[in-house]
Amino acid sequence: MQKVTKRFRKKDTEEIILDLIRYVCITFFVLICIFPFYYVMIYSVSDPGLASKGVWLLPKGFSLETYGKLLTRNDLGLAILVSVGRTGIGTGLCVFFTSMFAFLVTRKEMPGRKIIYRYVVITMYIGAGLVPWYLTMKGYGLKDSFLLYVIPGAVNAYYMILIKTFMEQLPESLEESAAIEGAGFFTILFKIILPLSKPIIATVAVYCAVGQWNSWMDNFFLVNNTKLQTVQLILYNYLNSATALAKSMQNGGAAAAAGAMNAANAITPQSVQMTSIVITVIPVMLVYPYAQKYFTKGIMMGAVKG
Amino acid sequence: MEKSNERILAVRRNRKRQKGMKYLLLALPFLIFVFAFCYVPLFGWIYAFFDYKMGQRFSDARFVGLANFAKLLNDRDILRVLRNTMVMSLLNILCSPLPALFAIMLNDIRSRKIKKFVQTTTTLPNFLSWIVVFGLAFSLFSSQGVVNGFLKQMNLPVSEFGLLGDGNNVWRFQLGLSIWKSLGWNTIIYMAAITGIDTELYDAAKVDGAGSLQLVRYITAPGLIPTYLVLLLLSVGNLLNNGFDQYYMFWNSMVSDKIEVLDYYIYKLGFQSNQYSYSIVIGMLKSLVSVALLFTANKISRRLRGNPLI
Repeated sequence: MQKVTKRFRKKDTEEIILDLIRYVCITFFVLICIFPFYYVMIYSVSDPGLASKGVWLLPKGFSLETYGKLLTRNDLGLAILVSVGRTGIGTGLCVFFTSMFAFLVTRKEMPGRKIIYRYVVITMYIGAGLVPWYLTMKGYGLKDSFLLYVIPGAVNAYYMILIKTFMEQLPESLEESAAIEGAGFFTILFKIILPLSKPIIATVAVYCAVGQWNSWMDNFFLVNNTKLQTVQLILYNYLNSATALAKSMQNGGAAAAAGAMNAANAITPQSVQMTSIVITVIPVMLVYPYAQKYFTKGIMMGAVKG
Repeated sequence: MEKSNERILAVRRNRKRQKGMKYLLLALPFLIFVFAFCYVPLFGWIYAFFDYKMGQRFSDARFVGLANFAKLLNDRDILRVLRNTMVMSLLNILCSPLPALFAIMLNDIRSRKIKKFVQTTTTLPNFLSWIVVFGLAFSLFSSQGVVNGFLKQMNLPVSEFGLLGDGNNVWRFQLGLSIWKSLGWNTIIYMAAITGIDTELYDAAKVDGAGSLQLVRYITAPGLIPTYLVLLLLSVGNLLNNGFDQYYMFWNSMVSDKIEVLDYYIYKLGFQSNQYSYSIVIGMLKSLVSVALLFTANKISRRLRGNPLI
């Protein structure tokens, strides 16, 4: 009897230690994930002058001046409009055309269905590369055009596979009975298949929207028009000019550093940086908790072989 | 009787064919679209055999045969770039069990609310662009960032330019950033794999007196190996594709030696030193090697698991 309790006790301490390790590891990683956002957030609402002397766990003073100044700047306001526009229009086009294409590929009557499917899937694995992509887009006249943001993504191979896989699991009887009642292709697609595919459509829409919001390479390489800059690239420019400033402060020595500090007593380059990061991240953070279940669904369906 | 049956069948077949043709006709614009945006760029590879200058017409470009490929032999940078590429890929592969480990730890937490909270917070970084990640890293690790300030206050040694300009820790730093960004996201797939494991196995083992460490060792870990294997094999196909964003964002002259990976090098050749044709050569070879690697991984997968990857 005594032996048994002893063994149990030994086991209990082992479990407790394991629990401890587990909680410490998880808490540590969660903190690492949260802290950067928290820090940037409190810095952005701190008084810029006070904050430049160091912010650690709590905001120093309170000021929304940087927000006000940044948001009323023409370039950022316009960029937000462009980014929202490309996210809305790009996501709409992508969901509409990709799901329609996916539906077509599920049609068993279509000759060469398998070949068409392979023809699309191959494109996921062979990329032409940066320069050929640049030349092609330029050749299509998409340089310095808003269409560059929304057209090339209108049909996406990966999303097509996701949607097609989902549609193939739907019971065939539904559309058969609709077909007997005389429903045509578009009626079946829009009235029956798409409403039933809502989970996957939502997933793809969320992926697509985040991708659009975060996208910057097209802007960086092919759009010089200042009226068509996206939020991401504006953020990049802000960060870069601040980097340059910081560098000049390092190289130029103390005098230059002091000058820069004094000149920027209202708004410091750091506070501009922090605030623009927050402005860029906030839309993703707001949508994210609601969209999370769709993200999870998407990665699971992606794991199912297409 | 038989004749009318045959006729009905013929009519049906005809109708089916008509329907099929209609679908094909509807699919045609999509096929053209895919051709225009995914296949047409491949024709750009032809410039690998020309001495192409930006803005030139194809007819004006000078044919140089394999001269651009011969450049590879005299390129001193390419070995360094390949080294960086392989180091980054291999380090990432080395850390690929981490998400599985995190999933195992997370799965044992009983409270659903905590579980959900942890998943929400740790997956968020995956949905930020590398520009934002750079911004966050800059605010934390630059010479004036929080970390340097903290170290100074504690009178600990500080590197002058912060981690961002620290040439000795480039690989470790970049690896840390990749892990930070992707760990939570990659955990999801393992969490799902764990739910797929038969709970009776656990119950039986518990009856036999297995502790939680033993449960992990004999049930959970073996249960996750198939998933791990698939992801590992897929990453073999991406050995040369580190991505451009991360390395472009974190590039600066102090770390350039160790941070320039293939994707960055292709950009540098094409858009900074204007060697378009040579840039295309490297991009093309990278693409072809990647496809070959993917097929190899596929073959291995077929032999190991009896299932192809793609």
